[in-house]
Amino acid sequence: MASLAKEKPTTAPEAVVVRFAGDSGDGMQLTGGQFTLSTALAGNDLATFPDFPAEIRAPQGTLFGVSAFQINFGSREINTAGDAPDVLVAMNPAALKVNLPSLKPGGLVIIDTGEFSKRNLDKAKYDVSPLEDDTLAKWDVLAFDISALTIEAVKPFGLGNKDALRSKNMWTLGLALWMFDRDRTPIEDWLKAKFKSKPEIADANIAALNAGHAYGETAEIAGPLTKVHVDAVESEPGLYRTITGAEAISLGLVAGAQLAELPMFFGGYPITPASAILHHLARLKEFGVTTFQAEDEIAAICAAIGASYAGQLGITSSSGPGIALKGEAMGLAIMTELPLVIVNSQRGGPSTGLPTKTEQSDLYQAIYGRNGDAPMPVVSACSPGDAFEVAIEACRIAVEYMTPVMLLTDGYIANAAEPWKVPDPETFEPFPAKFLQEKNGGEELLPYKRDEKGARPWIKPGTPDLMHRIGGIEKAVDTGHIDYAPDNHQAMTDARVNKVKGVKVPDQDVALGETSGTLAVVGWGSTFGPIHQAVRRMRAKGCDVSHIHVRHLWPLPANLGDLLKSYDNVLVPEMNTGQFKTVLRDQFLVDATPLTKTSGQPFAIAEMEAAIGKYFDDVSGNEGGQVPVNDDQLPSPEQ
Amino acid sequence: MNAPVKFETTLKDWETDQEVRWCPGCGDYAILKAVQRTLPQLGANPSNTCFISGIGCSSRFPYYMETYGFHTIHGRAPAIATGVKLANPDLDIWLVTGDGDGLSIGGNHMMHVLRRNVNMQIMLFNNEIYGLTKGQSSPTSREGTKSPSTPIGSYDHPANPCAFALGAGARFVGRGFDVSKNLPDVLMAAHAHQGAAFIEIFQNCIVYNKDVFNDFAAPKGAGDRQLWLEDGKPMLFGDPKAGYDKGIALDRDTLTLKVVDASEENWEEAGVLVHNAKDRTIAHMLIEMPFGPFPMALGVIYDDPRPTFETAVIEERARASEGKEANLAKLLGKGQTWTVDPNEGHPTD
Repeated sequence: MASLAKEKPTTAPEAVVVRFAGDSGDGMQLTGGQFTLSTALAGNDLATFPDFPAEIRAPQGTLFGVSAFQINFGSREINTAGDAPDVLVAMNPAALKVNLPSLKPGGLVIIDTGEFSKRNLDKAKYDVSPLEDDTLAKWDVLAFDISALTIEAVKPFGLGNKDALRSKNMWTLGLALWMFDRDRTPIEDWLKAKFKSKPEIADANIAALNAGHAYGETAEIAGPLTKVHVDAVESEPGLYRTITGAEAISLGLVAGAQLAELPMFFGGYPITPASAILHHLARLKEFGVTTFQAEDEIAAICAAIGASYAGQLGITSSSGPGIALKGEAMGLAIMTELPLVIVNSQRGGPSTGLPTKTEQSDLYQAIYGRNGDAPMPVVSACSPGDAFEVAIEACRIAVEYMTPVMLLTDGYIANAAEPWKVPDPETFEPFPAKFLQEKNGGEELLPYKRDEKGARPWIKPGTPDLMHRIGGIEKAVDTGHIDYAPDNHQAMTDARVNKVKGVKVPDQDVALGETSGTLAVVGWGSTFGPIHQAVRRMRAKGCDVSHIHVRHLWPLPANLGDLLKSYDNVLVPEMNTGQFKTVLRDQFLVDATPLTKTSGQPFAIAEMEAAIGKYFDDVSGNEGGQVPVNDDQLPSPEQ
Repeated sequence: MNAPVKFETTLKDWETDQEVRWCPGCGDYAILKAVQRTLPQLGANPSNTCFISGIGCSSRFPYYMETYGFHTIHGRAPAIATGVKLANPDLDIWLVTGDGDGLSIGGNHMMHVLRRNVNMQIMLFNNEIYGLTKGQSSPTSREGTKSPSTPIGSYDHPANPCAFALGAGARFVGRGFDVSKNLPDVLMAAHAHQGAAFIEIFQNCIVYNKDVFNDFAAPKGAGDRQLWLEDGKPMLFGDPKAGYDKGIALDRDTLTLKVVDASEENWEEAGVLVHNAKDRTIAHMLIEMPFGPFPMALGVIYDDPRPTFETAVIEERARASEGKEANLAKLLGKGQTWTVDPNEGHPTD
């Protein structure tokens, strides 16, 4: 990690972690988003972690109203948003209190003293101002009145104090852009476009941005503030953009529908953090997309099932509580064997749980969570960019096997951004949907006659002379008539199970390391980043550890069991209480050890390193089974 | 968009080879025949017709219709049918539901399919009881209904399906009963209506709620107890063979309906109302008329179309797509992008 020591570093740091924290009304997410864009345009690799409260505008100045945006960027590959920030920008006492514990020792904290009134200090439960005691002793502090400086900067535009202070985030962004040697032009362009109809607001914000930047220039003498340049990352040639998980899934679904040569029907109901997918798709109607905001979660999936029945690609999306409501309808899609994609943007649970925080605790729900023997393929995304490919994969399985498919992502992936190499659609393999046009059993129509994959034909209502009835009651083999006979239910249950078992899944590879050895760290979903970095670092220290990342969670890759058995130990880190561990034990009888975390926060790399370290007593620098980790670097338990 | 070309069929063409599994004597048989009689008259095409149902006795209906059919899950048929209609607006959709399916577990979806005005015919078979689960009281059961779940009589106030439909914004509300010879006329009017057409069909459950509608549905004295509404015709009732002898008039002081003595000759002087199917206020009053002092209002009670949901969705999609090209490569590379130069491995802009 970079050190932002008082002297200018002689070499450019490999990576820097910056966290912007303020009140939920301070525009921290916007600041972070624009800083991300400038970082991407500067050619750095990056990962972000927006962390905001569930309340839209929590009471001002409170601890629970703090909204933060963390970005890790560097000249090497970045997989996580970083453990401990090098720089913390705290816009008020509450933001300082909540975020200070995670700031790296010796790191820089930038504070807006204009917000450190008695009232705000009380709200943040500070008896004494942290600016006046030794609270900040461990860190470099740059404290000045950003509020007053902003008001001064936007004075020529005649805004009231309240409106003027709204530009505080742009002032701060200007300072950050100066610190990291960034171009302001894209931000200015963005402000002009955003406030097209209110040019005076755009001008005021640009003035604030410039003032923050200028402050950096002149305050260089003031001590801890130095200009840092992070080199561009070596990356594959091509066209790049930044993308969030929600955007990537939306684009992947559009691509999937195009590859299936089907119009898309998306049924959704507002829920955090899944709504962004509905919002993105609602703007893509020219791609044959119909979006339907239903009256509830059940109607959203049912309308999608109806659309699939009528020959479109039905898709629905939600988060845990909504997925629970959709359970019965998933069973209907399984029974009627219709294609359907169900996206679950997981959040902390149970019940309403932690709407804006991340978790991976819906794995059991995805694999097992329905009445009856109701097998369904499950795939997972590990990063915003990966979500694009996984969305296409989900569409492919749904159409080729006539089955609902669940795509697991989470709040972290949905909101996080990363640079993404724009793929060329010409390289995608199409999987055009086929519809039955004439009777498939001689004189007879057999709606449940299966192909070599076990899939039944897709028959669009409206096709001449193929009238037939389907439904949730058990179907007779081939004819699909109602049939409760014992042998028939046995045969149909087996057919459904075998069809899903037979879904073609690529063989499991090793993401980093060897195909056997002392320890395999096995993950799925968004834990990819911290696991990958931790394994990379521990391997550099000489530990015989490998990283296995599983994308296809059901059915599991056929070789996964044998692969896992070739390691002495299997460690399964998860943001739940050990669900994938249970699946692996059940499916392969391997002694998988859980490493669990359910704090609503992603794993820190250091936590992962510590857990891996316990397996390597003998590695130099790791005596006693502990990696030398500074506890200060771990996120505080309060978070 | 329903049945653009007249299709020649007979009742037989609409029957499936499946054995009908309703209890002998169930009112559902009569409704099935009425529907199978109506479709040939409409010139409907079986390949283009789709029956969608939820769960319950009524919801077995699609299995007996030689059309496309989808027997879905409890209460959700309106949501599924909405998806079907949006995906293929040319399909002629008939929704089959009951008082439990449509007003209890599926009440929410019923409200929304009506307010959105998705073009389909919604037949709610009201037998005031849960039949398939063996006779529990339903949301339309009358107060005091004794059932396995209400052994000393139900105490919750029943819902009025037509009042619910009108309240939810339905633009067509009709009523009939299983064995009525007029039922096909109501179904045809519903079919002609562009939009969600709600038809409450009183249906006799001979096992769990036998003859609860006999007070108005029994042939004997039916004329005095049934008010068959026809657009533009005076609201007269009484035995038509003997000549109508009563009518419905408006008490202008209390703004309520009243029964007046009237005949086909003097109804105007007697102040008998002329049925205007577009009059929403009178429709509410007709639906809410307490049976007993008043006859049961039947036929097309309300019919005032407005643009359908699927038309709006199609138009919106066309508007939103105007001047836009469905180019996936361009979509993926949208927004602020940068290029990494093949020679340097570093961004060039």
